[in-house]
Amino acid sequence: MMLSKGLKRKREDELEKETLAVDAWWLGPRPPAVAQAPPAVASSSLFDLSVLKLHHSLRQSEPDLRHLVLVVNTLRRIQASMAPEAPLSPVPSPPPAPGAAADSLLASSDAALSASMASLLEDLSHIEGLSQAPQPLVDEGPPGRPTSGAPPSLGALDLLGPATGCLLDDELEGLFEDIDTSMYDSELWAPASEGVKPGPEAGPGKEETLELDEAELDYLLDVLVGTQALERPPGPGR
Amino acid sequence: MAGAGGGNDIQWCFSQVKGAIDDDVAEADIISTVEFNHSGELLATGDKGGRVVIFQQEQENKIQSHSRGEYNVYSTFQSHEPEFDYLKSLEIEEKINKIRWLPQKNAAQFLLSTNDKTIKLWKISERDKRPEGYNLKEEDGRYRDPTTVTTLRVPVFRPMDLMVEASPRRIFANAHTYHINSISINSDYETYLSADDLRINLWHLEITDRSFNIVDIKPANMEELTEVITAAEFHPNSCNTFVYSSSKGTIRLCDMRASALCDRHSKLFEEPEDPSNRSFFSEIISSISDVKFSHSGRYMMTRDYLSVKIWDLNMENRPVETYQVHEYLRSKLCSLYENDCIFDKFECCWNGSDSVVMTGSYNNFFRMFDRNTKRDITLEASRENNKPRTVLKPRKVCASGKRKKDEISVDSLDFNKKILHTAWHPKENIIAVATTNNLYIFQDKVN
Repeated sequence: MMLSKGLKRKREDELEKETLAVDAWWLGPRPPAVAQAPPAVASSSLFDLSVLKLHHSLRQSEPDLRHLVLVVNTLRRIQASMAPEAPLSPVPSPPPAPGAAADSLLASSDAALSASMASLLEDLSHIEGLSQAPQPLVDEGPPGRPTSGAPPSLGALDLLGPATGCLLDDELEGLFEDIDTSMYDSELWAPASEGVKPGPEAGPGKEETLELDEAELDYLLDVLVGTQALERPPGPGR
Repeated sequence: MAGAGGGNDIQWCFSQVKGAIDDDVAEADIISTVEFNHSGELLATGDKGGRVVIFQQEQENKIQSHSRGEYNVYSTFQSHEPEFDYLKSLEIEEKINKIRWLPQKNAAQFLLSTNDKTIKLWKISERDKRPEGYNLKEEDGRYRDPTTVTTLRVPVFRPMDLMVEASPRRIFANAHTYHINSISINSDYETYLSADDLRINLWHLEITDRSFNIVDIKPANMEELTEVITAAEFHPNSCNTFVYSSSKGTIRLCDMRASALCDRHSKLFEEPEDPSNRSFFSEIISSISDVKFSHSGRYMMTRDYLSVKIWDLNMENRPVETYQVHEYLRSKLCSLYENDCIFDKFECCWNGSDSVVMTGSYNNFFRMFDRNTKRDITLEASRENNKPRTVLKPRKVCASGKRKKDEISVDSLDFNKKILHTAWHPKENIIAVATTNNLYIFQDKVN
């Protein structure tokens, strides 16, 4: 299943999926990731699908750049069509600091791409809840978009204008959006929230970041245990 | 169009099929590239497991001249192995993305094969004699005590069973950060280009420790990335000219004499979008999956998701010919996006005289378009048409409405059976068509 963990699905989507599953047989044995959209497609389900594809693409150890770029560009089109009146204010992005010289192959530049994609996803995860609503209600004022700390660096990949005033499914979510989660922004530490929060990816995949964190934990424990051992006289059979 | 083929009333017949019969496809056996050599005598395939298999056409049987020679296995070797990039903790796939033959200069054959990161030059040579008569070793292979050797015996070459050896002569590595999608040998036969998603490098065949970067579309800020390189090819006659295609449906022609870094194109080929066909998927389906110059060098052909376009190099603003491969899929784009089929990369090829072009489709169908008669034909690569010299029956897809007899409806197409790779013999009407794990060879009917 291509559904990312913690992604909320509206009940209507579930029903849609069941009824359309039968129609999907002609596509062969590949399981559909989400509900089959009928030909006259609703933008919000196409948006969801594209976001899932983006997630999936970024989860690869080495994303297919062409696939990634095409999905992102399609996502931009969809988002533009969903909120045609909202001004897309490009968020000024801090210049990426790959550090390494331009020619050094480019784990760092890939890291910059991954980092920007990750921050993009982070922010998309906030509005994923927003996109579940069938119609954007333009009159509604934008719910508190997180502006704590540095704004997410998006540059031209800016997919998030100010929120279009879609209803939050869960108002409690809105309360947490102002909290700066950058300190503990990895799956290991994230509070149980609806959105997907991949940690900042600086190079190797997330799984590896997780392992590092666990490794750090182990190290800390070892240090603690070692300290305690020093305080106690070493006994037999230690 | 009873029996009439895609060009000058060619009737295509089944000739051979290579590969496992069972439907259970081993991942490693998936064919990833097919290429005839310059004479057409050799046919190479690469697969996902990193192997190259070369077939050789047997010399025409003078007695039984009802068909051209069959292709039989000539050489099989492991070209690329899976590798691990320790810096990035990534596994590098051994899948062969492309094979390109060098023109033959001596008894040996040379080809370039590439995976995502490394290009290799392979020499394939025949050995049908071996030296015999050494008197330096005992029967069991141990070297004799030199003091016991009292005569000088010069070994003599004696015939032996033909042995075909493949040896890697050059390894061109560490020049591509992103995945290599194309290699193309220059008409000077000394240099070649390799292209990945963002860069194109120029190599000399003799020099492996450096290459020249000739195109770089990587933006300073990766967040601004909106377009990637999808294919590249050298002009067949003009050694300073090459083209590269993009994911936005553009083709850029570059002249290496203009500057060392060919970031500024000499020509930009792009067809304006048809506003009536606009959709969210417009960009994805405009992404060019293959670009091939005609043998003459006057035209180039591009393949995007739904069509094949022929461009005159002298006209940049639109193609001179457009052929619809499977227009009936246009209304299914959303579903094809969902199951990722919309990202499939089909290749295309010219026949030897540039009069017919061919490309693959789904359900193991492939299509041919005759540029002169404007007729097209759909054929199927299937084991059902297995008898040699059986003329292939044209197939037809029913887009909508009442399905006629022998037609297949769009909803019945098998989208897991895709023909991405096809090749046409440079001189004869012999074609090689790759399904997932089988290679089909078809010929025109010879009377």
